[in-house]
Amino acid sequence: MILLDRVTKTYNKNLGPALDRISLHVEPKEFVIIVGQSGAGKSTLLKLLTREERPTSGKIIVGGIDYDRLRDRDIPLLRRKIGVVFQDFKLLPNRTVFENIAFALEIVGVSTREINSTVPKVLDIVNLKGKEKRMPMELSGGERQRVAIARAIVRQPKVLIADEPTGNLDPKHAWDVIRVLEKVNKYGTTVLLTTHNQDVVNRLKRRVVTIDHGRIASDKARANYTSATIAVDIAAKAANKQ
Amino acid sequence: MRALTTFSRIIRTGMVNFVRNLWLAIAAMAIMIITLTIILFSVIVNATFNNTVQQITSKIDVSMFLKDAVTQAQTQTLISQLKALPGVQSVQYLSKAQALALYESQNAGNEQLLQAIDETDNPLPATVNIKPKSLNDIDSIRSFVDEPAIVKLQSDPASDSGDRREAIAKITHATNILRRVGAGAVVVFAVISVLIIFNTIQMAIFNRRDELQIMRLLGASTSYIRGPFVVETIIYGLLSAVASVLIINAIFVTASSSLQATSFGLLDISYSQSFFQNHYWQLLTIQLALGIFIGAASSMIATRRYLKFKTPKR
Repeated sequence: MILLDRVTKTYNKNLGPALDRISLHVEPKEFVIIVGQSGAGKSTLLKLLTREERPTSGKIIVGGIDYDRLRDRDIPLLRRKIGVVFQDFKLLPNRTVFENIAFALEIVGVSTREINSTVPKVLDIVNLKGKEKRMPMELSGGERQRVAIARAIVRQPKVLIADEPTGNLDPKHAWDVIRVLEKVNKYGTTVLLTTHNQDVVNRLKRRVVTIDHGRIASDKARANYTSATIAVDIAAKAANKQ
Repeated sequence: MRALTTFSRIIRTGMVNFVRNLWLAIAAMAIMIITLTIILFSVIVNATFNNTVQQITSKIDVSMFLKDAVTQAQTQTLISQLKALPGVQSVQYLSKAQALALYESQNAGNEQLLQAIDETDNPLPATVNIKPKSLNDIDSIRSFVDEPAIVKLQSDPASDSGDRREAIAKITHATNILRRVGAGAVVVFAVISVLIIFNTIQMAIFNRRDELQIMRLLGASTSYIRGPFVVETIIYGLLSAVASVLIINAIFVTASSSLQATSFGLLDISYSQSFFQNHYWQLLTIQLALGIFIGAASSMIATRRYLKFKTPKR
């Protein structure tokens, strides 16, 4: 589902790379936790996946889309396939909860009737029923984060990327958010979660990828995945296409 | 169907944004109204000056009086020669009978005069009235008319309105200067206000740059993000256009009712007013079109900066 092959990102040549030859393979429906100190390169990794940044070198393929072949005007199409939950929520401040979630559907041209039937279902999944008409300012941090998750999953993306969704939340709200992510994963969405909350990591018991100084320091549960096997993977994929 | 849904959403979002950002909208519209009012005013003033100059020049002509012996063929040649002159606007031929009829109608109240004319054989010569294109063309027409070959055809020396020339020239000169100053002012004001409108819209967009970025990250296409802004500024333009027409209307109502003025210096207010009323719908349409253009163009340019994809070269 997600494939990174020796991806390097350098923002400033004098500072060294933010990501240094990262190779990572995430299977469909997998739940992967990415941990690492601030500045380790987690956010850079996610920005590469959403194409907010381009890698300096290396190959990225998500859901069959090769980022090298992606044209600028196709970026919106890519982003519609990936759900993203941001640490700072990134909700539209002057729209209600309902409108924020509906917005994700509006931009892809979904009919109003369909929106009206889909959004309540998603609100149900994130336990926000009855708060449709609230403005983001009137919600708690945990609630806002769940709105953001609802917005990210309403289009039923194959991949959900959650960037420190619990970063600004107290433990109780943090767990509400994590449970929603688990629920989404159970429905078949690949989830990529970055966090530095040790508690979350320990209790989730999922695959954990540790990034340190721009490199993968450990990849528990599937530590034997190396760039060599990925290269074989790419070759196999290319062969399949032909 | 999908495109229609999207289109109606863009329109609706633009209208909602307009209401939600009403204060910024008012600021932008104030500038727009001033600009459009100045433009409309100058259009009317220009038309009025045009009319004044036209009326003055229409009173200038050169008249030739033909001998009775001149044949029809000679007259036709003369007329076509005159029409071929570069400075000639139009040539009007009055036969002896027509000249008499005109004379009679001009002196309709003077019974004695009419009787005197009636008793004689029609004493009036056939007349050729030549209208020059402008004042300066009188000389060239005059020199043609005074050529010996042409003089032979005339019963009396030709007359022209050259004696009024100096006064007319002064007025024309003055209105031309005023017109040029007015046109310059329009250009200056238009440029200043377009810049201000542009800035205001860019400010509105700057205030909402987070919103734009979020839309971008959610995969909204450029036109979907830009659309509502364009709709919003088009609304500015439409409302400002209507306002400018209303303001001009109010100015004329005040000028005619409370000031009871019919002219202000060289500006013939009563003509301005009737021009405005006669061309009401055309002027309104022009204003609306201008408003839409200014609004749409400024928001198109202003949004462009914030909608670029960040794609540095490798």
